[in-house]
Amino acid sequence: MTEKYPITITINGTEYQREVEPRLLLSDFIRHEVGLTGTHVGCEHGVCGTCTILFDGEAVRSCIILAIQANGHELKTVEGLTPNPTLENLHPLQASFREAHGLQCGFCTSGFLMTLEPFLAENPNPTEMEIREILSGNICRCTGYQHIVEAVKLAAEKMR
Amino acid sequence: MIYLTKHLIFTYLLLKFLPNRDWRLEVVKRERTYLRGEKHTSQEISLQPPTANLQQNPMKPPPFKYHAPTTLDEALSYFAEYGDEAKPLAGGQSLIPAMNFRLAQPELLIDLNNIPALAYIRATDNGGLSIGAMTRQRQVERSDLVAKHAPLISSTMPYIAHIQIRNRGTFGGSLAHADPSSELPAVALVLDASFHVQSQRGRRTIPAKQFFTDLFETALAPDELLIDITIPAKPARTGYAFDEVARRHGDYALVGATAVVTLDQAGACQQAQLVFLSVGPRPVAITQATSMLHGQTITPNLIDTVAEAVNQELDPPGDIHASVDYRRHLAKVLARRVLTVAVNEARDYKR
Ligand SMILES: Cc1cc2nc3c(=O)[nH]c(=O)nc-3n(C[C@H](O)[C@H](O)[C@H](O)COP(=O)(O)OP(=O)(O)OC[C@H]3O[C@@H](n4cnc5c(N)ncnc54)[C@H](O)[C@@H]3O)c2cc1C
Ligand code: FES
Ligand code: FES
Repeated sequence: MTEKYPITITINGTEYQREVEPRLLLSDFIRHEVGLTGTHVGCEHGVCGTCTILFDGEAVRSCIILAIQANGHELKTVEGLTPNPTLENLHPLQASFREAHGLQCGFCTSGFLMTLEPFLAENPNPTEMEIREILSGNICRCTGYQHIVEAVKLAAEKMR
Repeated sequence: MIYLTKHLIFTYLLLKFLPNRDWRLEVVKRERTYLRGEKHTSQEISLQPPTANLQQNPMKPPPFKYHAPTTLDEALSYFAEYGDEAKPLAGGQSLIPAMNFRLAQPELLIDLNNIPALAYIRATDNGGLSIGAMTRQRQVERSDLVAKHAPLISSTMPYIAHIQIRNRGTFGGSLAHADPSSELPAVALVLDASFHVQSQRGRRTIPAKQFFTDLFETALAPDELLIDITIPAKPARTGYAFDEVARRHGDYALVGATAVVTLDQAGACQQAQLVFLSVGPRPVAITQATSMLHGQTITPNLIDTVAEAVNQELDPPGDIHASVDYRRHLAKVLARRVLTVAVNEARDYKR
């Protein structure tokens, strides 16, 4: 057993203090240590995008960052999009995915949402090509992407 | 049973993911040994399934020691003390996946992410550009200074992986990793970049031509860090191009090519550089075929002749992603494309 180090990470505005081994992945910290299981893991080597979270506001893969590297940083996970979600108060991105059938099994969805939130904030008026390009880093085995593209267009409209 | 299934899935992903044939062969060899129940002998790499004792120990990477220095001097002191037991951790976008697979098992990680002095983009006095090794790829992509002084780098960045990876991956990490399928080593070579490296023993400068020595191998000594990459200014009437063919957007290239062409005042070719990626263990610079361009007024026919000739200087590998013949075909097509774009850009040059 290697030495453990105390770390403090802010996730969705709440501070979490834990002692971790350096080899603990950030995705496992979020899921196992903190219990925020909205962040999913598919491949655990950076390819699928399901584990995408915001690290100091930027979309990154949490499975290829060590938890200890997030010490002192601010993260946002899918749970942070809508604090107490009901059907009425969903984030426009979530509502649009629901309305445009942007998901089937939903395994990939949190990764898509966390990729898209900073993207739409920066590009309120994206072209279809830009949408497809930003989606290229996330894999979905169900939808065939068409409805996800529609959902993003709808969300952009709602958020303008 | 579940462990074995998961193990096989891991291996399958590994085989799909690794861009290089020799790596894949190595994995297959080790996989056979593992399935036979033997422990292979290499100390460096173990393909024991990471899930084998999931209950007690749900960790993917093997244990390692970790230091996060805040100054370069402190970082260099670790490398002086521990040599190749210590490994620099930059963006981690190549190193951590390799550790999750236990393909890499460093004893000690020196995290460079808390050394702000290593992340910068600056114009140099003589019109060139200097980029700190720890500058995030996404920052390089968005930088106006880079667009002005090294437009080829700006236009190449989007070919690297995906935004989520470029947000974290670093400019220097990609170069130090020296993956033969990656874009930046080829671009650094075609731009004739200088690599500034440092250890406690001192600082030295390695020209791009000498930096990439072999598959995932560079001229860096175990105690040396890549600190800075400097791109020299280019003369007027210079045009640039990068292009690649990949199966999907963001995948490593099957073949890629990049060209830099300078024309003289009369419009004849003064200089032409052409570099390929993903056709060998390191980026490959073409010298013979491009010499046909020097002093000539470049026509589409001449470009075709050069493109036909590049394959005499290439020996591309064949693998499950692309056969040797297909890679040769792509090399020819890409040579034509990048030379055409670079020449047109040089002709349109406006100060
Ligand atoms: C899904 C996926 C797709 C990708 N697709 C592409 C692609 O299409 N093209 C591409 O080019 N890359 C691709 N990458 C790799 C990505 O660009 C990496 O970020 C990059 O290759 C390594 O940079 P890093 O900063 O993450 O380095 P790390 O992973 O931290 O380090 C890589 C290696 O370099 C060493 N190193 C790092 N910095 C230094 C330094 N300053 N001095 C000495 N040694 C150092 C490390 O010890 C390690 O051995 C992909 C990655 C993933 C996960
Ligand atoms: S689980 Fe992180 S990218 Fe697939
Ligand atoms: S909805 Fe099932 S994987 Fe995307």
